[in-house]
Amino acid sequence: MAKAELMDYDKALELFEPVLGFEVHVELNTKTKMFCGCANEFGSGANTNTCPTCLGLPGGLPQVNRQAIESSIRLGLALGCEIAETSRFARKNYFYPDTAKNFQTSQYDEPIAFNGQLTIELESGRQVTVDIERAHMEDDAGKLTHMGGAAGRIQGADYSLVDYNRGGVPLVEIVTQMIEGGEADSPEIGKTYVAAIREIVKALGVSNARMEEGNVRCDANVSLRPRGSNILGTRTETKNVNSLRSVERAVRYEIQRQAALLHAGGTITQETRHWHEDTGTTSAGRPKSDADDYRYFPEPDLVPVAPSRAWVEELRATLPEPPAARRKRLQAAWGFVNLEFQDVVNSDLLDVLEATIAAGAPAQSARKWWTGEIARLANAAGVSAESLVTPAQVAALIELITDGTLTDRLARQVLEGVIAGEGTPSEVVASRGLAVVSDDGPLIAAIDEALAGQPDVLAKIRDGKVQAAGAVIGAVMKAMRGQADAARVRELVLERAGSAAAEPAPSESAE
Amino acid sequence: MSEITAEQVAHLANLARIDLSSAEIDRLTVELGQIVDSVARVAEVATPDVPATSHPMPLTNVFRDDVVVPSLTVDQALSGAPDRAGDKFRVPAILDEE
Repeated sequence: MAKAELMDYDKALELFEPVLGFEVHVELNTKTKMFCGCANEFGSGANTNTCPTCLGLPGGLPQVNRQAIESSIRLGLALGCEIAETSRFARKNYFYPDTAKNFQTSQYDEPIAFNGQLTIELESGRQVTVDIERAHMEDDAGKLTHMGGAAGRIQGADYSLVDYNRGGVPLVEIVTQMIEGGEADSPEIGKTYVAAIREIVKALGVSNARMEEGNVRCDANVSLRPRGSNILGTRTETKNVNSLRSVERAVRYEIQRQAALLHAGGTITQETRHWHEDTGTTSAGRPKSDADDYRYFPEPDLVPVAPSRAWVEELRATLPEPPAARRKRLQAAWGFVNLEFQDVVNSDLLDVLEATIAAGAPAQSARKWWTGEIARLANAAGVSAESLVTPAQVAALIELITDGTLTDRLARQVLEGVIAGEGTPSEVVASRGLAVVSDDGPLIAAIDEALAGQPDVLAKIRDGKVQAAGAVIGAVMKAMRGQADAARVRELVLERAGSAAAEPAPSESAE
Repeated sequence: MSEITAEQVAHLANLARIDLSSAEIDRLTVELGQIVDSVARVAEVATPDVPATSHPMPLTNVFRDDVVVPSLTVDQALSGAPDRAGDKFRVPAILDEE
């Protein structure tokens, strides 16, 4: 594959205006498939969730999953769409082994939801309203594995293997109108838009929303219009861009690639392109079929879906607070600066943080623990932070710090115990004997010993050089194995040294 | 008269993966043209207040509950496949299509 020429991004934007469009496929998390009772689950043994209907065998008869309709309507409503009074399924005919039916059951001219809007906010604070053309229902295709040839790529494969477990899983495809005026922000608009969709479907609970498992997949359409022209350029559709970062990179790449090609006098072919995560490039796929070539026609085996207005309103009443509004509300309530709040959002910790704070923890402490020590341990273990500890446990841990039972350092050890399954934070404190030594007796003994061992430091403290106390505090903390409150140790060191700083009223030196 | 051409019929045949001889294409061009003309005559009498009919029965909202029912076994699922590899269907290289 020859490496494409790329134009410098700034120069590309000087010469051309990018026009975008996105198709986001959301896999619904229903228990069963769209049109049959086979389980909708990720990771089962190959071809264990199939039946005559999803395999397209003679005699198979599709039946619509009510839950999938409800999820689709709720998603449509959350995107500000109108819900169709009558909606129909249609066959989209094509021959490709990812479906055994030789057609995809989709919707054509009567989608369940249409005319929506989604406003997203970029990092600069710029707001962009994306118009949603439609959100329609369809079934997913099976999964192909290309064997032989160049490492799993289609190009050069000797043969392919098919697992139809995913075939027939319910999808909602959300199609935007053309997005103009994105300019240099275009790649970020792509990323932010897909992130917003992901956040919405997660808040609705209609999808597992894991991009790495293909629950949310994005096709990015990009075309360039020469400055001063009002004629749209030919677009390419980059398929299956499956991480937020990839959406951003793929849009940027296509802008640079198309600009170089157009500037050199070439033409853009209307085609689907494949995104390669490893090289950060796209390569040509098949020429895009015209809709005519799919020979859409109404699915004869399924009757229309005509949701009553009462049903739609009932579903509207179940919508959660929109994620963007919720973020604004929580940030204000918690008093986080943007950077702190973004950190929480980007780490996917909004829910656990909210629960931890609801369980009584101060917002800043909760943030510090989740984005700090817990995230670090989760990263090291390669798991999610919320799989390690519960919000209630974290709140209890913070409570033990606040009431003086634990120092931060001890709390980290307690956290490890909790993660290791040794019980609640209080139980770990008891079983590991980790509480701060609150009795001054042992502290004073350790301090006197440390002072006696460092007479020069003692002299300095008595001379009023209070910062010299650090060396003694360190020695005492070490002797106490960290189970002392450093602030209290400091107080006691100054007191025992009898320095001026320890006593409010100046007095004669003890000597 | 309809404007169905031999090229359109050949294109359709290719999309439907039907291997037609040129004689068959010629015959079908005429026949499809007649069908299109007939449908056009129906369209003439159908006023805008007559909605297009996709389903002859006045039924809507036929749903099933979201309850899992047993699937086929892997061997049953693969029993009609021309070729298999382990528990998967094995299909020829498909680079022509993509």
